Amino acid sequence: MVSPATPAPAAIWRNQRFRLVLYQAAALLLVIAIGAYLVSNTLANLEERSIRTGFGFLSREAGFRIGESVIPYDASSSYGRAYVVGILNTLRVSILGIVLATLIGVLVGMARLSRNWLVVRLASLYVEMVRNVPLLLQLFFWYTMITGLLPSVRQAVQLLPGVYLSKSGLMFPAPVPHPGHPYMAAAFVIGCGLAWGYRGWARRRQEATGQVPKLLLPSLGLIFGPPLLVWLASGAPTALDVPAFTRFTFRGGNSITPEFLSLLAGLVLYTAAFIAENVRGGIQAVPRGQNEAAAALGLRRGTALRLVVLPQALRIVIPPTTNQYLNLAKNSSLAVAIGYPDLVAVTNTSLNQNGQAIECIAIMMGVYLTISLSISVVMNVYDRYVALVER
Amino acid sequence: MAAVVPAPPRLGAVAWLRANLFSGWFNTILTLLALFLLVRALPPLFDWGVAHAVWGAADPDVCKEASGACWAMIHEKYRLILFGRYPYAEQWRPLLGLVLLVGMIGVSCNRNAWGLRLAEAWVAALAGWLALMWGGFAGLTFVPNNLWGGLPLTLILTVIGLAVAFPLSIFLALGRRSRMPVIRILCRVYIELIRGVPLISLLFMASFMLPLFLPTGVSIDEVLRAQVAIILFSAAYLAEAVRGGLQAIPKGQHEAAHALGLSYWQAQRKIILPQAITVAIPSIVNIFIGLFKDTSLVAIVSLTDLLLAMRQAIADPQWRRFFVEGYVFIALIYFVVCFFMSKYSQYLETQFRSGQQR
Amino acid sequence: MRNKTLYARLFIAFTVAVLTGSAHAGKTLDAVLARGDVRCGVSTGVAGFAIADSAGNWTGLDTDFCRGLAAAVLGDAAKVTFVPLSAQQRFTALQSGEVDLLSRNTTWTLTRDASLGLMFAGVTFYDGQGFMVPGDLGVQSATELDGAEVCVQTGTTTELNLADYFRANNMNFKPVVFENLEESISAFFNGRCQVYTTDRSGLAAILAVDAPNPDDYVILPETISKEPLGPVVRRGDDDWFTIVKWLVYALIEAEEKGVTQANVASMMDSQDPVVKRLLGVSGDMGTKLGLGNSWAVQAIQAVGNYGEVYDRNVLPIGLARTGSNRLWTQGGLMYAMPLR
Repeated sequence: MVSPATPAPAAIWRNQRFRLVLYQAAALLLVIAIGAYLVSNTLANLEERSIRTGFGFLSREAGFRIGESVIPYDASSSYGRAYVVGILNTLRVSILGIVLATLIGVLVGMARLSRNWLVVRLASLYVEMVRNVPLLLQLFFWYTMITGLLPSVRQAVQLLPGVYLSKSGLMFPAPVPHPGHPYMAAAFVIGCGLAWGYRGWARRRQEATGQVPKLLLPSLGLIFGPPLLVWLASGAPTALDVPAFTRFTFRGGNSITPEFLSLLAGLVLYTAAFIAENVRGGIQAVPRGQNEAAAALGLRRGTALRLVVLPQALRIVIPPTTNQYLNLAKNSSLAVAIGYPDLVAVTNTSLNQNGQAIECIAIMMGVYLTISLSISVVMNVYDRYVALVER
Repeated sequence: MAAVVPAPPRLGAVAWLRANLFSGWFNTILTLLALFLLVRALPPLFDWGVAHAVWGAADPDVCKEASGACWAMIHEKYRLILFGRYPYAEQWRPLLGLVLLVGMIGVSCNRNAWGLRLAEAWVAALAGWLALMWGGFAGLTFVPNNLWGGLPLTLILTVIGLAVAFPLSIFLALGRRSRMPVIRILCRVYIELIRGVPLISLLFMASFMLPLFLPTGVSIDEVLRAQVAIILFSAAYLAEAVRGGLQAIPKGQHEAAHALGLSYWQAQRKIILPQAITVAIPSIVNIFIGLFKDTSLVAIVSLTDLLLAMRQAIADPQWRRFFVEGYVFIALIYFVVCFFMSKYSQYLETQFRSGQQR
Repeated sequence: MRNKTLYARLFIAFTVAVLTGSAHAGKTLDAVLARGDVRCGVSTGVAGFAIADSAGNWTGLDTDFCRGLAAAVLGDAAKVTFVPLSAQQRFTALQSGEVDLLSRNTTWTLTRDASLGLMFAGVTFYDGQGFMVPGDLGVQSATELDGAEVCVQTGTTTELNLADYFRANNMNFKPVVFENLEESISAFFNGRCQVYTTDRSGLAAILAVDAPNPDDYVILPETISKEPLGPVVRRGDDDWFTIVKWLVYALIEAEEKGVTQANVASMMDSQDPVVKRLLGVSGDMGTKLGLGNSWAVQAIQAVGNYGEVYDRNVLPIGLARTGSNRLWTQGGLMYAMPLR
């Protein structure tokens, strides 16, 4: 089998480098051939069945309504706009879900390492129960619970003045739009920047003088102060749009639909269980000596955790948690099963109305790929930022 | 609050309580809070699930009277939930298939059995299982696969999906580590593309676009379409698991194989892959668990898997109000399978770790 | 080496089995004859049109049409495979050849006829979209529905008509859109929405089968759209299209001429030239379609004429035969093209 190393002039197909090139060319050709075969089949099929093609439909009128939207949309809007609505709905639930899942996940992960036996058991029970049951089943369950057990909209429970809970969702008052609002948002962004700058200044000062400047209160002041000032400057508008019951349901104010609520609950609780496991693993992976050393330095447990253990654990926790963020974004596609109008739902409706399955699905996949890649990139940057702390 | 503390030695109940539940004011508050929650939650749960529940065969009207769970619904519908629309009189066939599968999994859990033999046995068992499901020979009536449903369908999609994806994933994993840039890029693009999109979009693609990809006159049925999507999906994830295994193999192994004069494929087959796959098995088991849960998504493209079969069972207006019982029932099935698989995977991981430390 | 070839052979055998097991000949009629059954795409469960009992027996107007077709083509009404399809799956299933025809309350529209690779072969039921609300809301008319939440199934003309109707009447509504029928129905009966909308036939079926208490709900008087429902075939097979189309006409013609399941044998002696041609006594109508001359007789023996099919399936769900669904001779729209 094994050819002896003969010094005789080898034929060209025996040349290692030539063979590598040949293999690669063959692989490429194979892929291209398969691709061409599929494309030609598809074109022939489309032709034969006279199915329309192209992305021209995006500018045509969609004709269907979408249940919830953060931008103005109605039946006379275009398919393109419908897609934007779907994408925004997907992003809305994903971003909120990632934030909440991280909070709950970190809490539960720490609870699993608590010294309290009961808390440890409860946390493990939660993690095991949630991780081992399909998310789709949990979503159906939450949705059926919410729509099955809450009172109907006419018997809505009033939680607070102006806040109602019913099968139609959670209704709450919203400020009446005011010209000052955009400026408040801008002030908020500026405030966040100021707080960031203050943090950097505080750290430099601590390194230079050893004094630890107060961090929490000034930051909060910097973040929320400017919008408050703008609000006062624009005449302190307090008008609230309070939901009021009309013949069928509430009108006015803002609302969270049961579809959004159950999707968010399902995604957050499911992903949090996985993040909790990552956090637990990360903290456990920090050598015990680190903790003991911190204690020997006289740091209190909270401080030791914050300054010594967590930064090290973070490096271990980030890569698997990135995966969980990706999973959450991708899992939000299950929204379609419980009637939340996310990207998949809009895609599904569009392809059923115009029959252009290929274009519709291509858009959907492209968007998900973009979201996935963006999360990967952001988390990689953060990972590098955290890793740089290591000397 | 969260620090790694060695378990204190047991000193009797009071000392244990003090060490584990009431050490400090914070822990005491937590304990009391947890106890409060348990006291509020457990008795009503027990009353609902056991004490006031309706067991055995019963009329829906009896259930309506009772304040507890209506397990009679499960009693009435369990065959529909477990086997979907598979012909009633023939349901011993999927049941036998399930027994066969459980047996095979039992054998496979034994590490000593791992090897090519086992792989061959799996292929034979899967073929036998499918033959049993289809029938059409030896007096068994033919059951087309649009009638398959329930737990057997869920398991078939999972197990066949993994079994077919596995060899594919090995090539992908090797390709991703190949010296040849074109092959490396192709494999990488495939893996990243698939991992970047949700499974549901692949299922949509399979059910709406696949028919257009094939030449006129060739069509493949829905179960097979979903199966193709699941194979393509799991191959990408498996490939990453196998790649993890490959990375764990020390370079010396490659060099030793090369020094022995083994060709690339010989080295991979005889030296590298057996080790790499062994290392990767815990991750593969985890992928199995994930896939087992994820097959529930085929319910969205209207395949009657366990989840959809249950939902069809509770669509019966007479029993509709007892949906919680239905969800609890199948959640339990999923839980039992996933829980034991994940415990097994953890056990394997500790085994391997102790093996490496030797 | 032995193992390798064995595996390779197994693999090839498997692939071949999978592909040939589902391969179709180009022409639908040839394929149906060769296979010995008609594959009929039906809905997943609409009482009166296509619904399966727990033993898997299908009943309904749509399924009876397929039985009639199987009887006409293959001489045996039992040689039908019913493939239940959701609203989203139906067109793909037909386009890809998974089913030979759709007989699945599908609305005939220009877009579908022209751009989805399908052809509508006729109308077996004239329907229109309506609204259902809980009776205790006190709603009398659809024009009062401003601001309501409406449960609706995706991928249907229903969804579009709904938007059109509210737009035309300058009213607002909030759609709650579901992927499948069961989901949308149970959301409505759970009280998630105040209004449910679909074709009136569907409303009647849901009320008859799914409602926990049918008296608690009312169907509003307005019909907001035209929904002609009928069998659909794949584009590009004119012979098959013609067969399906003329079977619809044959069943209507049979009703017009009083040919029923019970009397079809004795009607063979009829002196009416139309009946003679219909029943294959003269005129070779079946041969022209590529079938046997007794095609219509076989279909009528199997399921009866159109009126009988309607009365057997649709009357029980509470839809009397009124308006467009009556014969043209009685002021309806059921009109068969001349069989000659």
